[in-house]
Amino acid sequence: MLKMYLEVIRIRFLMMLAYRVNYYSGIVIYSINIGVYYFLWMSIYGDKPSLQGLTAVQMATYIAVSWMARAFYFNNLDREIAQEIRDGTVAIQLIRPYHYLIVKAFQGLGEGVFRLLLFSVPGMLVVSLVFPLDLPGLSWDWLKFACSLFLGFIINVEVNLLTGVLAFFILNNEGMIWAKRMIVDLLSGLTIPISFFPGWAQAVLSYLPFQAISYLPSMVLVKGLSGDAFWHALSVQAAWCVLLAIPVQLIWLRARKTLIVQGG
Amino acid sequence: MRSIEARGLTKEFKVYQSRPGLKGAFRDLLNRQYRTIRAVDAIDLTIEQGEMVAYIGENGAGKSTTIKMLTGILQPTAGELKVNGFDPHREREKFVKTIGVVFGQRSQLWWDIAVQESFRLLKQVYQVPDADYKQRLDRMIEVLDIGGLLDQPVRKLSLGQRMRCELVAALIHQPKLLFLDEPTIGLDVLVKENIRRFLREINREFGTTVLLTTHDISDIEALCSRVVMLDQGKVIYDGGLQELRRNWAKGKKVHFELAREVDMSELEARTAGMPLRWERKGERQVVLHLEQPDLAVSDVLAQIVQHVHIVEMQIEEVSTEEIVRKIYQEGMTLA
Ligand SMILES: Nc1ncnc2c1ncn2[C@@H]1O[C@H](COP(=O)(O)OP(=O)(O)OP(=O)(O)O)[C@@H](O)[C@H]1O
Ligand SMILES: [Mg+2]
Repeated sequence: MLKMYLEVIRIRFLMMLAYRVNYYSGIVIYSINIGVYYFLWMSIYGDKPSLQGLTAVQMATYIAVSWMARAFYFNNLDREIAQEIRDGTVAIQLIRPYHYLIVKAFQGLGEGVFRLLLFSVPGMLVVSLVFPLDLPGLSWDWLKFACSLFLGFIINVEVNLLTGVLAFFILNNEGMIWAKRMIVDLLSGLTIPISFFPGWAQAVLSYLPFQAISYLPSMVLVKGLSGDAFWHALSVQAAWCVLLAIPVQLIWLRARKTLIVQGG
Repeated sequence: MRSIEARGLTKEFKVYQSRPGLKGAFRDLLNRQYRTIRAVDAIDLTIEQGEMVAYIGENGAGKSTTIKMLTGILQPTAGELKVNGFDPHREREKFVKTIGVVFGQRSQLWWDIAVQESFRLLKQVYQVPDADYKQRLDRMIEVLDIGGLLDQPVRKLSLGQRMRCELVAALIHQPKLLFLDEPTIGLDVLVKENIRRFLREINREFGTTVLLTTHDISDIEALCSRVVMLDQGKVIYDGGLQELRRNWAKGKKVHFELAREVDMSELEARTAGMPLRWERKGERQVVLHLEQPDLAVSDVLAQIVQHVHIVEMQIEEVSTEEIVRKIYQEGMTLA
């Protein structure tokens, strides 16, 4: 079983290599985003030393870390699933002795690992030379960040699986997928750290899974969360991983029942 | 063990109808109308291990829908179904290990990567031991002659090249039962022949059951002793290919070239009372239609050779293709 999933990851690696153009355009897009957000936030800070508990340097670090983290957790599984269901290629997946959605999740992991190694790590080195950042040296913080980031990845995958399968029941699924992407980027704290939201919004967001995708892992690194704060963040993430698995499986079973494979 | 056992297998599709115009679109929002299509209508089908069965029928008869139910992709609307001893839809993950499937119109290989990478992934998916994998793959590469294609990405393969690779992909785990949905669609004669030979071989050697749908009657003649014919979701014939021919190939045709022009009325007079029909094709060409299978050509000849000088003669059996065309056109009622 494990070998099979490793093979799935390897194949996705090969496919990413086959689509190198996406990789190059990704570098450009991410560089622009980091640059724009950096200068935007620095102008908001002006000469105030800190806002909402984040110093200007921490803010810069937050921007760099959260975008590089996004390169790892972001994927288009939802669009792929909706597409495969619509054009009937899902039939080929259903004659294989595996769980379609788990295999999709591992494809997402393959994609994530690819971008982490070939994009985020070198990107982070470059960015830390260009902008003044405050990253921990060689310390346990990186391992904590890795754990938190991985859980964030799982949550994002689950959200994507849910959207992808749900899109099958809904006519205008392009719109839905696009809206989901916007919501995740905004509510996960990627564009605006959660601590900058009004109090009531923060309260609401703390009950949603999105902050666990990006905000929590980034804070682990930026603020060097430790002790109780760290374990609290990690357990919130773990809880979401488990909770989201339930609707994913339910809606998949339902889709399998009503699934009509078009064509052929 | 039986490969396939189906009782009253049925699949219905709801087809939503959209009303015309903007007003119609709004009404559809509130209350969509649908029609139920019975694509497969209470079919019974029993296939024993090791059989090679052709599943034929006109476009839209319900062949692909049946295959999708038999492979666990679709859930039947009604009926009982056991394939290789499993309920395909409910026990899908265990069940699909025991089958192989080729959809002629759909690729199961990964489009952008080399063929051999797809094979490697399937090896892991089906947990095929290294030694078996190597032995089977080497053998199939040789028989299907795809050695030169392994490092090509699938999107660069021609249809025939791809189809041979698809077969390998479907058989890498040596399933007991192989489904082929239009495997020879669009292939040239040589590739078709190659694929058929290969299928006969695996059937003989491993006792693999094969169920194939096709519109190419020569596939059936080359491979299958049994034919199941479907029409509007119902099985209208299930039996041997030979019986089908015998019941339907009512007689044969004999083409004559005569030394001189002969009146049709003379021929008719000399063979009066026999179940046959004469047809003029040209000045000296006539065609004799024997309308019953037990009427021997020699009996007819005996009546005419002394009076008519025959230059050349050619007996033509009715092709299976013609028989099938006739059944599609006229229905099975005559049989
Ligand atoms: N997903 C679907 N939704 C609605 N109707 C469908 C669907 N799939 C098939 N049908 C209908 O069911 C009937 C049988 O279709 P099927 O694809 O099984 O035919 P077939 O025998 O494979 O035909 P062909 O030889 O053209 O491949 C057709 O009338 C078709 O319109
Ligand atoms: Mg079909």
